[in-house]
Amino acid sequence: MAGVTLETVRKIYAGNVEAVKGVSLGIEDGSFCVLVGPSGCGKSTLLRMIAGLETISGGAIKIGDRVVNEVEPADRDIAMVFQNYALYPHMSVYDNMAYGLKNRKTPKDEIEKRVKEAARILAIEPFLDRKPRALSGGQRQRVAMGRAIVRKPQVFLFDEPLSNLDAKLRVQMRVEIKRLQKALGVTSIYVTHDQVEAMTLSDKLVVMSGGQIEQVGTPGEVYRRPETRFVATFIGSPPMNILPGIVEGPGRVSVGGQSIAVTDMKDGLAPGAAIEVGLRPEDVQAGTTGASSLTMDVDFVEELGATQLFHGKVAGADFVVQASTGQIAADTRKLTLAVDPANVHLFDPQTTKRLGRA
Amino acid sequence: MEKRAHFSGWTLPLLLIVPQMAITLIFFYWPASQAIWQSFLREDAFGLSSEFVGIENYVVLFEQPEYYRAMVTTVIFSTLVAFFSLSVALLLASQADKNLRGGHAFKTLLIWPYAVAPAIAGVLWLFMFHPTLGTLGRPINALGFNWNPMLNGTDAMILLVLSATWKHVSYNFLFFLAGLQAIPKSVIEAGAIDGAGPMRRFWTIIFPLLSPTTFFLLVVTIVYVFFETFGIIDAVTGGGPAGSTTTLVYKVFADGRSGGDLGLSAAQSVILMIIVIALTAIQFRYVERRVQY
Repeated sequence: MAGVTLETVRKIYAGNVEAVKGVSLGIEDGSFCVLVGPSGCGKSTLLRMIAGLETISGGAIKIGDRVVNEVEPADRDIAMVFQNYALYPHMSVYDNMAYGLKNRKTPKDEIEKRVKEAARILAIEPFLDRKPRALSGGQRQRVAMGRAIVRKPQVFLFDEPLSNLDAKLRVQMRVEIKRLQKALGVTSIYVTHDQVEAMTLSDKLVVMSGGQIEQVGTPGEVYRRPETRFVATFIGSPPMNILPGIVEGPGRVSVGGQSIAVTDMKDGLAPGAAIEVGLRPEDVQAGTTGASSLTMDVDFVEELGATQLFHGKVAGADFVVQASTGQIAADTRKLTLAVDPANVHLFDPQTTKRLGRA
Repeated sequence: MEKRAHFSGWTLPLLLIVPQMAITLIFFYWPASQAIWQSFLREDAFGLSSEFVGIENYVVLFEQPEYYRAMVTTVIFSTLVAFFSLSVALLLASQADKNLRGGHAFKTLLIWPYAVAPAIAGVLWLFMFHPTLGTLGRPINALGFNWNPMLNGTDAMILLVLSATWKHVSYNFLFFLAGLQAIPKSVIEAGAIDGAGPMRRFWTIIFPLLSPTTFFLLVVTIVYVFFETFGIIDAVTGGGPAGSTTTLVYKVFADGRSGGDLGLSAAQSVILMIIVIALTAIQFRYVERRVQY
């Protein structure tokens, strides 16, 4: 098994469109790395470059210690699971899984052993003789995974493998992929636009936007300490609220005339300078007052069962607060929000970078 | 998924199907039944009277060595044209499917030969390969080959195969190109990752997935060679030299129109009709049942 290293990888399409703008990333052997970002952010292109399905315009991609820029996909020792499964429609499930091994001249009994083993792990043994069209979406997904694991590759690549499944099956397959990856210990790179999938699956979360990496870290790090406003609003659901504020002094900002204490604040910010104040809907305590507090005008309430989302405005900007159901009367029009200084995120309005302690 | 329209009366549905029914009746059933009836008749030499002779025309036909010769010629001709027009079209289509510079012009130009009338296509090739006038025929002779499609039956057949293939490649090309474009790109990419080289990918993934298209085109091409190449044959060889390029459909013309034996000609038409009906039936059954993914 092997890690994957990207060194200022670039992809420039015809017409000088730069889809990937110099991405550097180290993916440790055996880890589960998720590339997440909105559509068009270059994550799929990057994955396809690692697979060898797209040429590399600049930089280097290494699998293990080997630079693979000029290596054919077949010789990179990778396996890929596609969004539409890409099963061979004219072959049985067995042949679909055996195809890659046959091409590599694997002995017949070894092929049979590996396919049976993979089929057992994925619980698709009863379908080995069927054609893909006779399978459900979830079963096809398993066959696609089976085709990847029989090869025993160095790296698994997943290109939005769950996006064609219905919501319930998606959650179930997500858990299975995670379990399988842990059991096999194969380095995996997974592309998705779904931030929940990204959070739950990854050891290493890579948030991308506009062909560049915004932040790399564990899901916890990225959630707790987003490095840019983009990451702050992309990771977490509902997204983080961003309010316009003004620097008051060290450790204090004001939002709409209400002063708030901040733990993680960069030193030496000029008082009076504009600043963006980020607060997660789940991080503010509705209905109580604390060391610092804000007032909110409530417009309407969304019912989620266990929790309720209060939509409204704070200091003229849209704001959402999450509260346990029953904690606050649904017809409340004015809310007081207690803000914990440790949960306030500050961003530069110009560069959108975090203004925290180094 | 079935959509059905519901009509309250009979007038509108009848009006809607009448044009199609009329065309089918006038241009297919009527001449077809005429042919069947005529195949049981014999006309006198001046075409003034005819008498019912039962199956005698068929008996005469199957006693003619020329008829078996025409059958063999047809089989050779259609096998060669089908093989070359399908394989050349597939080769061109798989090249055109790649993202080539100027690919669009390439595709458009490849479709043009289909718009050329058969007789004109035939004359075109005849001129090119004429032993004394042709831009290609003269060099071939100059190289020491004894090329003369006017005198040599094999040469005549080669020329016919060339022109008939050239004309039909366009049609097959279009269908193959559409077939290739319908194959999901990711399936081919999966094959590449699974360690199959371009040739292996072609034969183990692309070709099997194209088989419904290939089968359809095979039947269409055979029907084309059986019937539509009449114009080419008539323009290029006129069935000669010495009957060596007389196919079944050309013999229908030669016996009926030139030979004046309408009964014998009609009997041959009926047999050809049976062959086409059989081909079409096989195609429908096969395409519907087996080769669909």
